[in-house]
Amino acid sequence: MTPGRRRWLPAAGAFVLVAVALPACGKDSPSILDHHGPEARHVAGVWWLMFGLAAAVYVVVAGLVVIAIVRGRRTSTPAEDGAAVVRAGTDRRSESAFIWAGGIVAPVVILAILAVVTVTTTRDVRRAQDGELQVEVTAKRWWWDVRYPESGVATADEIHIPVGRPIDVVLRSDNVVHSFWVPQLAGKLDAVPGQTNHLRFQASTPGTYLGECAEYCGLQHARMGFIVIADAPADFDRWLARRSGAGTGPTSEATAEGQLVFMREACAGCHAIRNTQATATLGPDLSDFGSRQWIGSVTLPNTRGNLAGWISNSQTIKPGNLMPPISLEPDELDALVAYLESLK
Amino acid sequence: MTLLDRVPTGKDLATLWEDAPGIPGFFSSVDHKRIGMRYIYTSFVFFFVAGLTALVMRAQLTTPESGVLGPQLYNELMTMHGTTMIFLFNTPVLAGFGNYLIPLQLGTRDMAFPRMNAFSYWIFLLGGIFMYLSFFVGKMPDGGWFAYPPMVSKAYSPGINMDFWGLGVVFVGLSTTVGSINFIVTIFKLRAPGMSLHRMPIFVWSMLVFSFMAIFAVPAVTLAAGLLELDRLFGTSFFVPALGGSALLYQHLFWFWGHPEVYILFVPATGMISQIIPVFSRRPLAGYLWVAASLVTIGFISFGVWVHHMFATGLPPLAMAFFSAVSLIIAIPSGVQFFAWIATMWKGTVRLTTPMLFAVGFLLIFLLGGITGVMVAVLPFDWQVTDSYFVVAHFHYVLNGAVVFPIFGAIYYWMPKMTGRMLSERLGRLSFWVMFVGFNVTFFPMHILGFLGMPRRVYTYRDGLGWEGLNVMVSLGSLVFALGTGITLVNFLISRRRGRPAGDDPWDADSLEWSTTSPPPDYNFASVPVVASAHPLWDQKPLPYASSGSDEETRGLGPEGAVERETPITSGIDTAPEGNLTIPEDTYLPLMVAVGLAVFFLGLLVNAAAVGVTGAALAVVGAVWWTWRTEEDLA
Amino acid sequence: MTAATVPVPGPGPTAAGVDPIRPSTRRGYSTAWWGMAVLIMTEGMVFAILLASYFFLRASAKEWPLGGIEVPKLELALPFSFVLWGSSIPIFWAEAAIRKGRVGAFKAGMAISFVMGLSFLLFTLYDFDELTFGWRDNAYGSIYYTIVGLHAFHVFIGLAMSVGVQAKAWLGRLDHGRHSSAEVFSLYWHFVDVVWLFVFPSLFLSLHL
Repeated sequence: MTPGRRRWLPAAGAFVLVAVALPACGKDSPSILDHHGPEARHVAGVWWLMFGLAAAVYVVVAGLVVIAIVRGRRTSTPAEDGAAVVRAGTDRRSESAFIWAGGIVAPVVILAILAVVTVTTTRDVRRAQDGELQVEVTAKRWWWDVRYPESGVATADEIHIPVGRPIDVVLRSDNVVHSFWVPQLAGKLDAVPGQTNHLRFQASTPGTYLGECAEYCGLQHARMGFIVIADAPADFDRWLARRSGAGTGPTSEATAEGQLVFMREACAGCHAIRNTQATATLGPDLSDFGSRQWIGSVTLPNTRGNLAGWISNSQTIKPGNLMPPISLEPDELDALVAYLESLK
Repeated sequence: MTLLDRVPTGKDLATLWEDAPGIPGFFSSVDHKRIGMRYIYTSFVFFFVAGLTALVMRAQLTTPESGVLGPQLYNELMTMHGTTMIFLFNTPVLAGFGNYLIPLQLGTRDMAFPRMNAFSYWIFLLGGIFMYLSFFVGKMPDGGWFAYPPMVSKAYSPGINMDFWGLGVVFVGLSTTVGSINFIVTIFKLRAPGMSLHRMPIFVWSMLVFSFMAIFAVPAVTLAAGLLELDRLFGTSFFVPALGGSALLYQHLFWFWGHPEVYILFVPATGMISQIIPVFSRRPLAGYLWVAASLVTIGFISFGVWVHHMFATGLPPLAMAFFSAVSLIIAIPSGVQFFAWIATMWKGTVRLTTPMLFAVGFLLIFLLGGITGVMVAVLPFDWQVTDSYFVVAHFHYVLNGAVVFPIFGAIYYWMPKMTGRMLSERLGRLSFWVMFVGFNVTFFPMHILGFLGMPRRVYTYRDGLGWEGLNVMVSLGSLVFALGTGITLVNFLISRRRGRPAGDDPWDADSLEWSTTSPPPDYNFASVPVVASAHPLWDQKPLPYASSGSDEETRGLGPEGAVERETPITSGIDTAPEGNLTIPEDTYLPLMVAVGLAVFFLGLLVNAAAVGVTGAALAVVGAVWWTWRTEEDLA
Repeated sequence: MTAATVPVPGPGPTAAGVDPIRPSTRRGYSTAWWGMAVLIMTEGMVFAILLASYFFLRASAKEWPLGGIEVPKLELALPFSFVLWGSSIPIFWAEAAIRKGRVGAFKAGMAISFVMGLSFLLFTLYDFDELTFGWRDNAYGSIYYTIVGLHAFHVFIGLAMSVGVQAKAWLGRLDHGRHSSAEVFSLYWHFVDVVWLFVFPSLFLSLHL
């Protein structure tokens, strides 16, 4: 094997690796190829088309490079071997034809295909449709405020949507620029202060999909995740109905004590809980906190232990987040945790 | 044999052109070769610093939930890595090669504005130091290298951190602008007789395109950073949405510079490749005019693609479709260049020396970076991959692979001319292979990480997302890549002392810099060469030199008419001698003005009016003194 | 190195394959003039981008000027704009004069132009003083002060250059052959006028249409 050949084989091999490895790796990952909605499906299709074209282009062009080198290759320096310089001019025509064919005609054909694909795909996605469910998502530092304007339900860092229904995420920011990204469902859309954007997408299969902030937004950009939970329409309706009803209030002594702690301490200064006097909007709405999967925007799983740690000093877990450390007596903390976990 | 032996001299050029010895000469020299070398050395210091920050960042990202760096320090290093690579390495190192090589390749004795040249270097150096002062006060910029407001506005970034960045960018931009003006006038007015535009080396063409692009693009970033600093320091509201400002305005301004900037870096890198490939293929570049036209075309089209950095900001679909199409089209001139290089090698016989290896490595890397570049121009695909690791992979293939590899090739190719000594071929080849493998192991897996949903600029990530193995691979690769660059550094240090003498023309190359000694004398050429070909050293054997004419216009062509430091001025198109440009003596004025401006910016930074006024006064006095002595007096 | 040197004398026949070197018949502009020309390209870009930013902010605003600020008045701005544009005329005259070596006419033209430019600068400062809003009030204030202020700063630099060129003329350092600083200044001054040709309609006139 010549050194020349050795150079392009790994590269071509790498491409094969991608083709094989990408879907396989996607098992645990929020992979854009593991699509569960029309936009992600379209884009995955675009990718496989581009991948095929790219692999062909790479192999052909890199092959030409390698062949060009291998023909009459020398390892000495020109001055050492005294090789005469070949003058041009004898064959200008074939050179020009080669440059035309490879540098202009072939790219134009490929780019024309891609241009058509771009236009048709763009036309098919993110279109306003009848029967959309509006979800107002406001990007905060560093969490997501989620509201359902039709039913008045408020939550945070978790977006429940019905499968098969067009969704219109009304995206805003009242602080810095963020970007809303759920790789398995759709591409990104930024939340830009002073501007309202609409991300329209659908989920086609029930499941839980990881979302992330994709635009660098400061200290805790890395810990600004959320999840999108796509339910069957009936399940979604039940979920929504449970949150729009009157609510039951604390059901046990411990949770009642926890509610008192919540209202007495700093908690109520920033957080809201439905049907209580806590209505502040600086921090996430906690009305259904007990049913949420994560604490701190997909930082820790929502367990009693994690929650107690978070309340005591979230700064050690997610430094720089806007929640101050809260010092409580152990029994107060227990009651508070019990209360929050009881909110479903 | 020196040039002086070859041509009878009237006055001793060596004495006329000599710098003052020692430290005064160091600070007052206006010799384009000394300045060019300083640019290269200084920017390589920044290159290695930026490389170290990258390694530290990789240490943090090797494992999930790692605590090597906190979020603040990670974000600071991330910002400084990007800022340093773009503003303090890539741009100035190319300016350094341009500074050193352009007068030599054009057959003239210095740049059109030698004092401006010294000035632009001092500005670059002081600007770099200015930004790095932030390390010493522990307040490094942390807003990312494109620093989007409102995140970097006073409300969300109250510290001094981003002021180092904003003021530094404005300051360093000044250096690029001044340098570009110098290149343009030098290329149009100082070419040797006979060197019409279609006989200029492609590297000169590429620097001409670099300069024009910089002239039109840099004002945008200067304004972006400048208006941001007005917001931060003086309380204006350009980017404050609540007061009618616009966050998107900043993004438009930044990327109106930012995308051309990618090509500002890439075009000279391809210019280097177009010089290296023909020499080691033993034949002239195929399609010279095609390549030159491609460079110019890239320059124009690159101003129409900036919005593809903003595809996810919610712009109207029709506008995005337009920019998507233009972003696809820009692939064509690059394709033309690529096939010109293949044709050159195909028709020639290739010598795989170290510079050529780097050129071939460039081809294989740039091919992939170019392909992924076309992919991200496809609007719906870009929505998925933008701001993910796929884009990190893409721009490292383009800005690291397709710019740093040509620069390393250029080091191996031109250092013998600059220092007079050859670099070791054995270490050079080793360095190439280690870098090439390390590069691909580092950056190729990033494409896949992007597909797997890893967003850009995260200081950490959770376990269990399938990103762990690839991140380990990336970190290992980055160590290998760093090792490869280190080998070249060692190679350079050894060759400075023990390298084989290079002789005038170790590669049997075609352009004029190889006709003079290595390193060239202070005056470059005693007699100006007379050019009749795009490859004078191949086609014109022996190379003819001009001698001084009897009239004022042609007096400076040869050494006989030398009365002071002079180089001939020629008309822009047909290179007829028009007169002589007096090259100024050593002077401290450029340093004085640069220091004055640096003090002025420092005053703005620390909000000390007295400091600012002192600096401004120093700069103004220097500038007045400088301009007072224009050429009426020197002629 | 095998190539020996073949000296080619200035004008006249040369070695085989080499074009004879003939000096240019026209007198070209100095490198300083070309440098100024390129500087003007980049400076022109600064103003073009600022004006584009102005229109961008204006297009994204519900009302313009923002916050009930009154529209810039024309009563003084219009006549003084003509004073500024008019100040280019004596420069053309002065430049033609110095090419013929008529230093007296040159000095007169420069002085007239200087007075016109200075009166425009004083008007701008007066105008700033009269404005009822500041540059911190809102984005309109910010962009208005920045564009008009940056232009005024350019006028100021132009006036400073004019002083320098006039001083050289009075010191007898300029004549028909040596006056590149006058040419450089003239180019710059015309540029400053042309910029106002874009700024004035954008910031003043267009709000009265």
